[in-house]
Amino acid sequence: MMNCKQATRLLSDAQERNLSFTERATLKMHVMMCAGCNNFSKQMYVLRDFAHAYTQDVKENDDKEK
Amino acid sequence: MNNRPSPPDREQNTDTSNLTDPVFLSELRQQMLGFALLQLADQPLAEDAVQDALMGAFKNAGSFSRRAALKTWVFAILKNKIADILRGRIKSVNASSILSDSEDEENLNTLFDTKGFWHTEERPADWDKPMEAVKSDHFWLVFDTCLNDLPESQAQVFMMREFIELESDEICDTLDISTSNLHVLLYRARLRLRECLENNWFLGGDHS
Repeated sequence: MMNCKQATRLLSDAQERNLSFTERATLKMHVMMCAGCNNFSKQMYVLRDFAHAYTQDVKENDDKEK
Repeated sequence: MNNRPSPPDREQNTDTSNLTDPVFLSELRQQMLGFALLQLADQPLAEDAVQDALMGAFKNAGSFSRRAALKTWVFAILKNKIADILRGRIKSVNASSILSDSEDEENLNTLFDTKGFWHTEERPADWDKPMEAVKSDHFWLVFDTCLNDLPESQAQVFMMREFIELESDEICDTLDISTSNLHVLLYRARLRLRECLENNWFLGGDHS
């Protein structure tokens, strides 16, 4: 079975390249069973959103608060 | 939950004096310089980029009534300047130095046990409403600190990829590293960054 180190590496790589069918299948299995990696998986997208917000955080803040 | 009072400078967003307000300008300049410096790792180059971006911004400053919009726009100009500089840069960061952080490998091993599974206390937590965080000035201070705590090579590739949004190929060309090296660096950066944000914001942090 895939371990967490391998799973997190693939979850990061998935932001950079298309994973193979096998990679996706084994990763999905792991993430379904592992709460930590499931959280990590969501956080990869959050990190990217944070990065996008980084240069426009003030704008978003402003738009949401009015 | 969001009944926190806005920081004072955000309540003056309708102020039209913008670029003529020395306090606002000096703060903005400082933020821009920090941003540029992290990515260029070169003080004169970073100052030039900030200066260029600000000069460009002055030309159209009148069309921005709100500071928030102005700031977003100035940062967009700055991002382009930095991307140009990075693209045109001779391979000034040498590849061996970028990959030599072997102590970092040991650091990763503190996250996982010998079989490669999370140590219980390192297991990523569920972040509650993560995007609420971007509304907080304090969160961005934590974010900056976490970014600064990354080994320089990791912070650099992370920012090139996620802030400047360069493609993998461009980053590899600029830094003269292979795609797999790039992926390792990004992986380590993300592992550390998420850990730092979790410990200092999502689990522990003072959210005021």
